Amino acid sequence: MRSIGGCRPFQGAEGDRPLRLVMDRYRDLTIDTIRAGLLEKRFSARELAEESLRFARDGNEASGTFLSFTPERAFAAAERVDADIAAGTDIGPLAGVPVAVKDVIMTAGIKTTCASRALENFVAPYDATAVERLEKAGAVIIGKTNCDEFAMGSSNENSAFYPVRNPADPERVPGGSSGGSAAAVAYGYTPASLGSDTGGSIRQPASFCGAVGVMPTYGRVSRYGLVAFASSLDHIGPFSRTVRDSAQLLGTIAGGDPYDATAANMPTADFAGALSADVSGLKLGIPREYFSEGLDAAVGARIEAGVKRLQKLGCQTIDISLPHTRYAIASYYLICTAEASSNLARYDGVRYSRRSEESETLRDMYRNSRAEAFGPEVTRRIILGTYVLSAGYYDAYYKKAQEVRSLIARDFKEAFESVDAIIAPTSPFPAFKLGEKTSDPLQMYLSDIYTITGSLAGIAGMSVPCGTSPEGLPIGMQILANHFEEQTMLDLGHAFELDGGFED
Amino acid sequence: MKVTPQQVKQIADLANLSLSDRDLEAYAKDLEEILDYVDQLNELDTSGVEPMAQVLHEGSVAPLRTDAAGPSLAPESALRCAPLAGAGHFKVPKVIDR
Repeated sequence: MRSIGGCRPFQGAEGDRPLRLVMDRYRDLTIDTIRAGLLEKRFSARELAEESLRFARDGNEASGTFLSFTPERAFAAAERVDADIAAGTDIGPLAGVPVAVKDVIMTAGIKTTCASRALENFVAPYDATAVERLEKAGAVIIGKTNCDEFAMGSSNENSAFYPVRNPADPERVPGGSSGGSAAAVAYGYTPASLGSDTGGSIRQPASFCGAVGVMPTYGRVSRYGLVAFASSLDHIGPFSRTVRDSAQLLGTIAGGDPYDATAANMPTADFAGALSADVSGLKLGIPREYFSEGLDAAVGARIEAGVKRLQKLGCQTIDISLPHTRYAIASYYLICTAEASSNLARYDGVRYSRRSEESETLRDMYRNSRAEAFGPEVTRRIILGTYVLSAGYYDAYYKKAQEVRSLIARDFKEAFESVDAIIAPTSPFPAFKLGEKTSDPLQMYLSDIYTITGSLAGIAGMSVPCGTSPEGLPIGMQILANHFEEQTMLDLGHAFELDGGFED
Repeated sequence: MKVTPQQVKQIADLANLSLSDRDLEAYAKDLEEILDYVDQLNELDTSGVEPMAQVLHEGSVAPLRTDAAGPSLAPESALRCAPLAGAGHFKVPKVIDR
């Protein structure tokens, strides 16, 4: 890993303007250093957008990170920022910051494919609320990132187009489903990106790629314009290289929205402005179920070292139990597939999704269009979801899963009565090899054990880099916090980062 | 729990998916494995436990907005991505035989 904490503004070693942004320096940029560079006129937002696009495009054939690039939109946004700076007008908190957006999040006038043949030619008619808020704050969207089809997967191998390569080792997966958004940040193509998390799809790729990834509390960020997979579990959240940058993005996209009735009625917060590295006195729960059988020894050792570091920073740790952890995957895969089978019924080949050419009747058109449109994992989940919702099985599977979900949420509720946050591994193992788990869907599902619990409970979670395995693969430490307690979680991540925890 | 390709075919019909015989067999096997795995939920006595249908944390549910008409998608925007459209409508294969 390159240095993360010590980003400095450009020193002008190449002389003053015009400054060619050399790659290594571009990759160290953060929101704050971009702002300083723009205001000191070391570079323009347009130059930064060009550099980001050039870098990302040059690397894309090998990395597979992006599904499309959006230069026109990027330059238009960048030129607005440059015009504001020239006019001396205040610029937004994300002014000029190149951002990548997962291709399940709608961008008006730009293809939004969900990495699926079903939406290969779908051009979104409106912006997601999160996208609108990012751009209003001055962000420059340079492209749409690759992911598992309809965000279903843990390795990005379910993309209908091509896989993403892990920045630390091209033979390994970047994690999923937001593999492209995690890789964009870890390769350094953009300082920040947006992903979506349903059962771990932000946190797990963040851990595999060595990035910061945040799943906010359910409802903290509007889902309007996020293509629905499992509505009771879907979240939009940020990736970045520093905790401060994720805090800034989260503060920008959070807040109620008349277009999403499940967007929470909570005051918005300036998470970045309130960020504090003083975490002494915080009580951290260490759940014993997350450190048992199945945890890779190297990952366990890194997380234990991370916990020691937090103790050194003044945190008190308490052993806790989340007794229903082992039932989480079963509950999750019944609920998410049931919701997916319902949400994906909309791809009928009539309004915006792929239509089969060879159908005489309406019914055949539906059936053939959908069979041609969906890849094997999406089909598998629709079938499982349809099965568990079908007459005679609903109570045995779907209702039972929802009851167990209540028990899992109760585990966390009780834990948070005595602790401020919970520390755990993000994934049981570091990034695995491409093809290693594709033949066994259940094994792939089991890799989400540590992230799925928090998703089911609707609480907040994030993954921060926590050193590397002996082979040099990034390892992620997960910080879980109670509903709407993102500030505590971000403070812990920030303190950990400043103390050198990311590299160690 | 045994799952037959025939059962998967019934499910696929409900979900409007046409699948080959080979796919039906493969998905039957996957479904069987996954259903065996989720069977462990029956170890838990959940009598008296409310199913969790509401995820939003209590107290954070937004009040309903006023029921007033706002701008919506223009017809041409809505039709732009249709595989087949005309005269302001989505076109589909013939539904009724005369």
